[in-house]
Amino acid sequence: MRYMDKTIVGLSIAFVVLFCADFFMAEWVRFIGLQSLARGAVALGLLVLWRTGLVSFGHALYFGFGAYAAAMLTLIGYHDAFFLVFAGTLAAGVLAYLLGFLLRRYRAIFFALLNMAFSMILYGVIVKTEELGSTDGFSVLTPTFLGYAPKGEAVQTTLFIFTLVFTYIITVGVHLYMKTTLGGMSMAVRENEIRVEYLGYSAEKVIHVKYVFSGLVAGFGGAIMALAIGQVDPDSMANWTVSGEFVFITILSGIGNVGATYIGALVFELIRTYAFEYAPLFWQFILGGSLLAIIMFLPDGIWSLFGRLRRSDSSESSSSSNKAPSP
Amino acid sequence: MQELIVILVDGLVFSSYLFMVSVGLTVIFGVMKILNVTHGAFYAFGAYMSATLIGAYYNTDLPEFGGFLAIFAAAIIVGVFFGIVLERGLLRFLYHRDEHIIVLATFAMFLVLEDVLLMIWGTDPYYAYEPMALLGAVDIVELTFDVYSLTLIGLAVIVALGLWLGLTKTKWGKLLLAVIFDREISQAMGINVTVVFTVTFVVGSIMGALGGAYIAPTISVSPGIGVEVIILSFAVVVIGGMGSIPGAIIGALLVGISRAAAVHKFPEIELFVIYAIMALVLAIRPEGLFAPAQARKI
Amino acid sequence: MTAVLEVRDLQKNFGAVIAAKDINVTVNEHEIIGIIGANGAGKTTFVNMVTGYLKPTSGQIEFAGRNIMGLPPRTITNLGISRSFQVPQVFASETVFDNLMMAYAITEASGLELLSPLYNDERAARVDSHLARYQIAEYRNATSSTLPQGVRKLLDIAMAAVSKPTILMLDEPTSGISVEEKFDLMDTIMEALRQDQTTVLFIEHDMEIVERYVSRVLAFYQGRIICDAPVAEALLDPGVREFVIGEEYHRTRTANGNGGDNGGQL
Repeated sequence: MRYMDKTIVGLSIAFVVLFCADFFMAEWVRFIGLQSLARGAVALGLLVLWRTGLVSFGHALYFGFGAYAAAMLTLIGYHDAFFLVFAGTLAAGVLAYLLGFLLRRYRAIFFALLNMAFSMILYGVIVKTEELGSTDGFSVLTPTFLGYAPKGEAVQTTLFIFTLVFTYIITVGVHLYMKTTLGGMSMAVRENEIRVEYLGYSAEKVIHVKYVFSGLVAGFGGAIMALAIGQVDPDSMANWTVSGEFVFITILSGIGNVGATYIGALVFELIRTYAFEYAPLFWQFILGGSLLAIIMFLPDGIWSLFGRLRRSDSSESSSSSNKAPSP
Repeated sequence: MQELIVILVDGLVFSSYLFMVSVGLTVIFGVMKILNVTHGAFYAFGAYMSATLIGAYYNTDLPEFGGFLAIFAAAIIVGVFFGIVLERGLLRFLYHRDEHIIVLATFAMFLVLEDVLLMIWGTDPYYAYEPMALLGAVDIVELTFDVYSLTLIGLAVIVALGLWLGLTKTKWGKLLLAVIFDREISQAMGINVTVVFTVTFVVGSIMGALGGAYIAPTISVSPGIGVEVIILSFAVVVIGGMGSIPGAIIGALLVGISRAAAVHKFPEIELFVIYAIMALVLAIRPEGLFAPAQARKI
Repeated sequence: MTAVLEVRDLQKNFGAVIAAKDINVTVNEHEIIGIIGANGAGKTTFVNMVTGYLKPTSGQIEFAGRNIMGLPPRTITNLGISRSFQVPQVFASETVFDNLMMAYAITEASGLELLSPLYNDERAARVDSHLARYQIAEYRNATSSTLPQGVRKLLDIAMAAVSKPTILMLDEPTSGISVEEKFDLMDTIMEALRQDQTTVLFIEHDMEIVERYVSRVLAFYQGRIICDAPVAEALLDPGVREFVIGEEYHRTRTANGNGGDNGGQL
């Protein structure tokens, strides 16, 4: 390493700060934090896809699949968080791997909608399955952590640290991955698939890899969410509007930086929580309005705000829209 | 045998309904390459406006059949108003952006309009059964069907024919086909694409609103009706090939009849049979059954 | 002379239209071959079939003793046949340097190496020497979409040459280039490729270019090869003069060689 990677430094500082803060946070703050980490992880997967030029309107499929896989394991007596989250992540990853053989042939709006079709099939299956509580879902018992069985507030405190550690590892991993050849090929596939093929590599294979990754992290986010809320239900985990929310977070965060997805998720969670709190009838109005405002006035997402600040105190101008940073 | 007839008639009625709600979506996509999620809100507004106008109409002493005019008036009011406001006020600023961003913007607008709907009409359901009661019922092979639902088939046929004639026989239609085929060349040839876009969007909006307005007498008009419709019409349009009107007809028939069959034979798979068809069709024919030809530039 | 590419009875139909028929060619090592013919004569279709973009209807293509017909472009590229495009296929929003970094990285990495960093100093040095060889070093940090046409053509060809292919097929390298620049561009390309001893086939409309750079000519007319001969002989061939050159000279004089056929939408 010739110099310290700023993103990794930033992520590490955030990790330490959040780790310490966990012991002092109010319960509702921690809850928002947990949800932001879970959704941010999903958005991270969508970010990787987006850099490849693809947007999915159906990642609630993997989110819901991961959540339900973890929750169903608790029904048959498994309660260890490590096992549940691992299983949820893996289940979603396997599903993404299988569907990936089909989806990697699609681009643009067809990719987006085919994903949505698959997510609605899952939604339909859940709603029609009485054993899984149909539209009401079912509750998930408190998890244990490698034999440690926390009680009361300690459950959420432990879950928060658990989630924080894994999201940190995943996020740093993604950041490093983006600098590798395979990571950089996102750009190549987005810009010109014909050239990629004529350089001797399969664009579909690149897309498949990214897709499986996005499925894995969405499953991870879903499993965490199931444990955090202590409940799974189709409308908040597998419906198409949930997929829309993930895309919302991705747009909100912008393509600039892996850490931004968590800031985006946090902002989303705050808008939603406060809108729901103060204007329960009009929270969709507020959510939709903020999304429109971001699309119109912050086309490169929240991260561009930081970019603007940085640009104002240095003369170096960096490239802006929808562009991955060059090595 | 009886069951088959029920499935067929139910299927045709449902197909007509699906065609009515999805044709606006496919027209807008065909010309503007925009997947308009707000479409679901047009449908819901059409239904509410129609229920309100029908209610108001039957409070007067005007002739009973005039109630049908209220339905079309509702569709035109809603379609023209929201069509113009949305296209001129929002979408035209986004034409140069990524197609996914535009979809997301219409999704945002959909969320906003869902709540605007609540602000105007509240959460209580509305009923406007008068036009349906007026037409009564009819027996087909010892089975009773309400006539109003059957007229939906006629309306769908009229709309389909109207669009076909409008596109192939009028000067406007030909301009539209030129824009669909190659936007840039059309512009270079002096076609005013801005006007074409606005008009297309308004026409598409009116059709979305008409779907809701016409169906309003047969349902309880309540919050959330737009969500289901947007998903259904996506499926229809994607199956048929986005932007293709014959595709919308075939897609609607395929989905409508299979759903009717599912409802009668395997009620437990009713909800996802539609998406299963969509996934299947896409797996075999990526761009839908009737993807329109496009100019390709490499 | 060793044969590297053998094409036998190749045919391509688009529906009822026959785009190529009875194509028989043997290409020997280190040959420089010019492919000439009017628009729609089947030149690009031929290149598209050999490089895997189009699947031939029937026939046989053998490269280095191996049947490559029906293989996807990436496999054919990896075996050693590369190509450039009439419309340059580059990563438009990236710099020239990043375009070539990516080309080198994809060419060099396989398996787990794909997970090693894309950027390293040795690779960057290779990119820079490649840039110098193709005389586009001064555009190193320019975004590809802003490049002049000639430079973009060079970049496209330079990217195709990264893998040091045995055979390189160039689809109209000089189309869209002004008459004054054509020879400089071709000098640069041919000099760079000579160092790798690459076998070159290129589609060209300008007979002066053909005369100057190639040893052998394949003349296409209505999907068939009507002449396969050394350049001097080919340019005197009555069939070639009537069906290719006559029309071509006329066309290049009036339209400056900007056109091009589009066999298979490329």
